[in-house]
Amino acid sequence: MKDTVSENNPRKAWMGLLAKAPEGRVAALLDAEISRPAFTWLRAPEIGSTMVRARSGATGAPFNLGEMTITRCALTLETGEVGHSYIQGRSKADAEVAALVDALMQTAMAVRLREAVLEPLEAGMANVKAARAAKAAATKVDFFTMTRGED
Amino acid sequence: MYVAVKGGERAIENAHAWLAEERRGNTDIAELSIAQIREQLSLAVNRVMAEGSLYDPDLAALAIKQARGDLIEAIFLIRAYRTTLPRFGASEPIDTGIMACDRRISATFKDLPGGQVLGPTFDYTHRLLDFKLAADGEVPKAPSRDAETGTVPHVTEFLNREGLIEEAPYDDAPPPDLTREPLEMPSTRALRLQALTRADEGFTLGLAYSTQRGYGRNHAFVGELRIGSVPVEIDIPELGFPVEIGEVILTECETVNQFTGSKTEPPQFTRGYGLVFGQTERKAISMALVDRALRWEELGEDNVGAPAQDAEFVLYHADNIQATGFLEHIKLPHYVDFQSELELVRKLRREAGAQQLQEAAE
Repeated sequence: MKDTVSENNPRKAWMGLLAKAPEGRVAALLDAEISRPAFTWLRAPEIGSTMVRARSGATGAPFNLGEMTITRCALTLETGEVGHSYIQGRSKADAEVAALVDALMQTAMAVRLREAVLEPLEAGMANVKAARAAKAAATKVDFFTMTRGED
Repeated sequence: MYVAVKGGERAIENAHAWLAEERRGNTDIAELSIAQIREQLSLAVNRVMAEGSLYDPDLAALAIKQARGDLIEAIFLIRAYRTTLPRFGASEPIDTGIMACDRRISATFKDLPGGQVLGPTFDYTHRLLDFKLAADGEVPKAPSRDAETGTVPHVTEFLNREGLIEEAPYDDAPPPDLTREPLEMPSTRALRLQALTRADEGFTLGLAYSTQRGYGRNHAFVGELRIGSVPVEIDIPELGFPVEIGEVILTECETVNQFTGSKTEPPQFTRGYGLVFGQTERKAISMALVDRALRWEELGEDNVGAPAQDAEFVLYHADNIQATGFLEHIKLPHYVDFQSELELVRKLRREAGAQQLQEAAE
């Protein structure tokens, strides 16, 4: 069954966040907060690739740029919630914990995990991005005119 | 004709054992880790990802270690590994307009929204060997400055507003994939771009340079060059909505080239496009120049017979794995082929000798 759009947005956001987390980070945050619940695999973690597409001239017709490695899995909690993950790279452990958090975020644990896992994850990643953007900003050229020829 | 012979097994095994030993080198020197290669030889890693056509820095670093730093051999390893992976669909086309730019420069506009951001570039270095790197040294921290938030607009957008440059009209036709169907001529631009982004850097650079020197000149300016990370989103069939699965670092080059116009259209700038995995600036600029040269027919230009205008020549020779495979196969045993050549040349020489004797007698 497909979720409705209104429900999708927060889930889409946390799945994206979990997928982009640094290796091992989600596991460290989750394991510091709770002991992991039991689950059964719907699809054990598998490594594959996806073809990354781009657009010619940035906005035109799509073309195939090349592949990237991804790992995916799906699991069910004993209470029935289904968690999915599709994440960059080849870490089965990261795929597992991402799917687990995805499932747990559909339970009464959601508020607690948002605070203990998602928020610190987001803050940490935002810091890394901001630090990089600040270094880039320091290399921005400030032009000034030395002399201007009048002939 | 092929004739099977046996007898090389031990020699091959011993050669591979020695290869492993030579790869390791002097064991008094610390061994390189994959993480060291990934972090400290990152531009080599980027080239292997781009031409291996698989974005995975750790795998590319492993391939470089295994190949003893031979990048084409490393690309070969990545291409071979790639074929073993099941493919879970294709991404939504990425949006380079939302790139978090490490570098963004324009050679056509000095003052442009977002500014000229140099990033971690070799440009303006003096290309003098830095002997400080030969000693273990601490690296000073790079300075920071408050960054503007928000996305950086593409340079072509401002030219588009005045209608001064051709548009890249939105389209959603599924692109051809040369990893699934054989490359056939005539090629579409989508297929050419796929071939060029994974093409050999040296070959692409040489072709691009040839257009600058006059073999299919197209007067390219780098309208914009940007390097940074872009999120990748795929549609999750089980959920029915797309999700970001990660980020890739890309280099994008848009060239602004000389005019085309017609009786109905006033003159306007044309464009070439380069987009490559990783920080791969030389390759992205080269790709844009070659892409533009290959568009001669679509833009109503003359075919001056330049190599860079010949799609068949470019696309069939740009892949370094195909090229090296065919080139290097000639070093493998061809004993039987050569035996027949030997016999042929001996026969020709006998005939020529007999003819000379006959002429002398007459």
